[in-house]
Amino acid sequence: MKENYLHVSFPSLSENVSLSRVIVASFAAQLDFTLNELEEIRVATSEAVSNCVIHAYPDQPGEVRLELKIKDDTLMIKVIDEGCGIEDLELARTPAYSSNPERMGLGLVFMESFMDEMTIESQPQKGTQVLMVKRPERSKNGNHDGQ
Amino acid sequence: MKLELKRDGTVLTVQISGELDLSTSPAFRSRVEEELGHNQEIAHLVLDLQETSFVDSSGLGAILGRYKTIAQRNGKLTAVNVPPHLQRLFELSGLTKVMTICPSLEEAQNFD
Repeated sequence: MKENYLHVSFPSLSENVSLSRVIVASFAAQLDFTLNELEEIRVATSEAVSNCVIHAYPDQPGEVRLELKIKDDTLMIKVIDEGCGIEDLELARTPAYSSNPERMGLGLVFMESFMDEMTIESQPQKGTQVLMVKRPERSKNGNHDGQ
Repeated sequence: MKLELKRDGTVLTVQISGELDLSTSPAFRSRVEEELGHNQEIAHLVLDLQETSFVDSSGLGAILGRYKTIAQRNGKLTAVNVPPHLQRLFELSGLTKVMTICPSLEEAQNFD
């Protein structure tokens, strides 16, 4: 698979969360992911972009940058905002931690569970960058017959 | 997302078609809460997920929030026609501790 990339920017509106899922899933489909793996990628993307809408820009919409890359059979998804940042990353990563009773505090848990790698860099008042990486299981096993 | 609500005695069945995420979960919350508020005799909530294409943690949070309302009425929360990818999400989130997954709608609506 040749190296490929796609960069898009959009305002942090909740309507754009589903759009980001469609973009990432379509891009990811260039690799040999199973339907189940694509579903996991959709959930992880949804969580990362939802976090920008809810937490990064709580008062008014700001810009979300989605940077996708395929290299060596590996999908890399970067979700970047210039919002308020995360004060306490350890606390934010705690399962079921949420500041809102309507939310389950599972966004980061799903991102970690469904992707092979997930790293967050954040600076208060400067923004957050989430990097998520996933390789198709079939590529990991060296099976390229598309079964 | 499209919602279809059917009330039968103490059971409210909600059919969710489409995606339950950050954008659509407020409509799910307000529509179901409105129905529960107007009909105090409703105790049980059945979610029919046959046509539900996507749920993330925002959607799960909205479902858990409705469980809290139903639990105050000593009712039960049940999901039917759960696609495999959603079943996994429910298990991973721990929602299955409070939500029963039923194979058929008839079975789910029987609270006798």
